[in-house]
Amino acid sequence: MAEMTVIEAVREALREEMVRDPVVFTMGEDIGARGGVFLATEGLLDQFGPERVIDTPLAEAAIGGIALGAAVNGMRPVAEIEFGDFIWPAVNQIIGEAARVRYGTQGRRTAPLVLRVPYGGGVRGGLFHSQSIEVAFSHQPGLKVVAPATPYDAKGLLKSAIRDDDPVIFFEHKRTYRLVKGDVPEGDYTIPIGKADVKRTGSDLTVVSYGLVLHYCLEAAATLAAEGIDVEVIDLRTLRPLDTDTVLESVRKTSKAMVVHEDTKAGGIGGEIAAVIAEEVFEDLDAPVKRVAGPEVPAMPFSPLLEAEFMPSAEKIAAEMRELAAY
Amino acid sequence: MLSEQSSSTKLGHSDNESTGAHKHGVGPPPLTDADLLEMYRTMVLSRTLDQRIWQMNRQGRAAIVASAQGHEAAQVGAIRALDPERDRFYIYYRELTTMLALGITPLELLLGFLAKEGEPLSGARQFPLHGAIDRDRRDIVSFSNVVATQLPQAVGVALADKMRGEQRVTVAYFGDGASSMGETHEAMNFASIHRLPIIFFCENNKYAISVPISQQMNIESIATRASAYGMPGIEVNGFDPVAVYEAVGAAANLALSGQGPTLVEAVVERFLPHTSDDDDTRYRPPEDLEGIRDLDPIPATEKILRASGTLDDALDEEIKSLAQKIVNQATEDAENAPFPEPQDFYEQVYAPGSPGDQS
Repeated sequence: MAEMTVIEAVREALREEMVRDPVVFTMGEDIGARGGVFLATEGLLDQFGPERVIDTPLAEAAIGGIALGAAVNGMRPVAEIEFGDFIWPAVNQIIGEAARVRYGTQGRRTAPLVLRVPYGGGVRGGLFHSQSIEVAFSHQPGLKVVAPATPYDAKGLLKSAIRDDDPVIFFEHKRTYRLVKGDVPEGDYTIPIGKADVKRTGSDLTVVSYGLVLHYCLEAAATLAAEGIDVEVIDLRTLRPLDTDTVLESVRKTSKAMVVHEDTKAGGIGGEIAAVIAEEVFEDLDAPVKRVAGPEVPAMPFSPLLEAEFMPSAEKIAAEMRELAAY
Repeated sequence: MLSEQSSSTKLGHSDNESTGAHKHGVGPPPLTDADLLEMYRTMVLSRTLDQRIWQMNRQGRAAIVASAQGHEAAQVGAIRALDPERDRFYIYYRELTTMLALGITPLELLLGFLAKEGEPLSGARQFPLHGAIDRDRRDIVSFSNVVATQLPQAVGVALADKMRGEQRVTVAYFGDGASSMGETHEAMNFASIHRLPIIFFCENNKYAISVPISQQMNIESIATRASAYGMPGIEVNGFDPVAVYEAVGAAANLALSGQGPTLVEAVVERFLPHTSDDDDTRYRPPEDLEGIRDLDPIPATEKILRASGTLDDALDEEIKSLAQKIVNQATEDAENAPFPEPQDFYEQVYAPGSPGDQS
């Protein structure tokens, strides 16, 4: 076991997979000599050379489309989109095409590509370096969408994503990159896509979250424990396909549920989780399902007080937990 | 005999003779009269089938068709210069002749137009000519109706071949309309940087649905754009199958010898509206096609073959009646085929047994 940051775990997973399988390669903007703007690919150019660590022009549609073509032709590309906010030109290739390759060819072609996407705010990124865009991809059958919160999960899930035979959009929260540290086993291990993880067990209420704010949920749960409220915290880890079994099992036990995400509320993942709970375990509920989410403004502002107004915090989440517990 | 045909090829890249000539590369072996006769057979079959599909659309039996009439010579000439078993074909929706030239049968194509069971690209989930042929048979792919998406994909395909050291040519087919898309620029730029084994094959029929070329671009030739990417561009008369063969053959030689991509622009005509759902009388002046049908590449090729003594009345009659017979039989078989049942409706969303698989 070694203690690592999320970014180190991502780099280790990528390095180990490139060693393990010669068809794995990586491409993106500034990922070569620069090592990526977040240093996710630091050292890989020296180790694997420019044929497997490809610096691309600033052209996201090409990154998406070329990764797709290479994947269809037997490679396993791991493409980095520099910031999630810049992904939209690639959406034509990813949501439009990659998601439909298997279905639209009756399985005659497949697209085992990974798109690594740094996302999320709390990094003074302003409107165009803070966006939470995961729900746009989670809506699309044919894609798998992963969003780990810890170094351990990041490494194991990235390995699974690279070995997966379908297109996987791998969301890495930028604020977790260096903020979140944790033990990561040496060597090879994988974490299955499509499995949530109970990060804290509890009996009074269920909190479902992912990404950066999962850590705020755990902090809030620790605060509430001191007040005698026992909170169970579930880390979704995969946003498509959702592990509804783990969520429903927990809600049957606690009878109260809350979903927390940084992304805005309307049409978000929280609505989907709340709907599944309402459909499947309505009679087990003792309170309406609560959603704690980003405010309905187009994006996170730049200036610090404005940014803080947007971001969920442990304090805000704890207040919502108390309210739900008291219902 | 055939050499006069090639005079309609001109270099779009740098009319700069000093670099243009050698960048154009080595041409393919000369075509024989027998080769041209074979190409003529494919063109006749394609036209016969195309006319049948259009007729079936008008009868309400085929939901949608994008006719290849006017594109036949360009498509058959290109395939003649390539290796159907070795090479990879990222086609678009107007490639009926390309499909026939690659060995996809009229029946298989008609199953697609009628959305019937056994359709070989997508099981009739998609529009005709979309999906993919089984890879061990032919690497023919057309994932979507969205124009130009196939260009970066084809670049990725060629990149993979280059990484593995495989000697193959990838051909990305597109029209003049798709040449306006940003993905076309991004694809060509990347392919040239990495000197990938790919041919960008543009069939310029001068209309993006209703928008004429003059409102799509302020240049005379799409092939001239190649110089901006540092690759050769060849503009060729797409009514001349031999000229197209020579241009694509030269491009294939460049690709296979590690000299990177080429943009080949075959200038053709669209004899019919964009699709069966279009009405070109709303935007295309009648004089636009005046005299053009006189240049129709199929009778023109017939004339050349007759002049060389390769074709006579009896053989021509045989070729045309055989095409009719094949198309009639394929029509009957396709009409008798069932529509696919939705039993595999939930399959192939995800890999079998993987998370999210519902099959």
